[in-house]
Amino acid sequence: MKDLEKDHIAVQVEADDWKEAIQASGQLLARSGAVSEDYVNSMIQSVEKNGPYIVIAPGIAIAHARPSASVFENALALAILKEPVAFHSKENDPVDLVFSFSAKGDESHLKMIEQLSIFLMKEEAVKRLREVNSAEEAYQIITEGSVTNE
Amino acid sequence: MSKLKIMTVCGFGLGSSMVLKMNLDAVLKDLGIEADVFTGDVSSATGTSCDYIFTSNELAGNIKSATSTPVVVINSFVDKAEIKEKAQAEIKSE
Repeated sequence: MKDLEKDHIAVQVEADDWKEAIQASGQLLARSGAVSEDYVNSMIQSVEKNGPYIVIAPGIAIAHARPSASVFENALALAILKEPVAFHSKENDPVDLVFSFSAKGDESHLKMIEQLSIFLMKEEAVKRLREVNSAEEAYQIITEGSVTNE
Repeated sequence: MSKLKIMTVCGFGLGSSMVLKMNLDAVLKDLGIEADVFTGDVSSATGTSCDYIFTSNELAGNIKSATSTPVVVINSFVDKAEIKEKAQAEIKSE
């Protein structure tokens, strides 16, 4: 899948709360140089301000913030939590798949979101993602699942 | 009948609203409903004219209080069955 790299995936991640979960996912972006630390903080502030709307489906969050000078590349990361945490989402708590992404501008990240969306529609593939033991396995599942085959 | 205008809304209009737009596009196609679906953030939702707004439970409250456009709440943005059921129930074809 475009813009998802193996080193942007972490498995068995330990987080005590939703902030640590976003922090863990965001650090994957920051570590590779796709965003600065500021961007990671903005993702957390966004949830503080707007609520847990980023939890878009049962157990799945997609954290992000506005395109800004803190974004150097479009990128997508995933932290798979060892134990799910509460995001205070009425319908979709608790969360164990914490995606985060960065977007440089208005349109250039759309392909990435489109592919992620195709993947997330595949219930079986998402279920398998929750059972992986390595980033390598997770990468395979997402890459295979993000192409249209209907 | 003119083409429906539907806005999917999230915090910034570029992440989850995009996921919802894609799935809504697919569902509407299945249902044979012609519509322009576009994404937006909460502030543009209240200032843009459209026929329906699709969004999450968390954001719906603010939007509902600021606009008279019908707001459809979707709990899971990746659950085609839920999107289909709500689109069918809410969208009145003329």
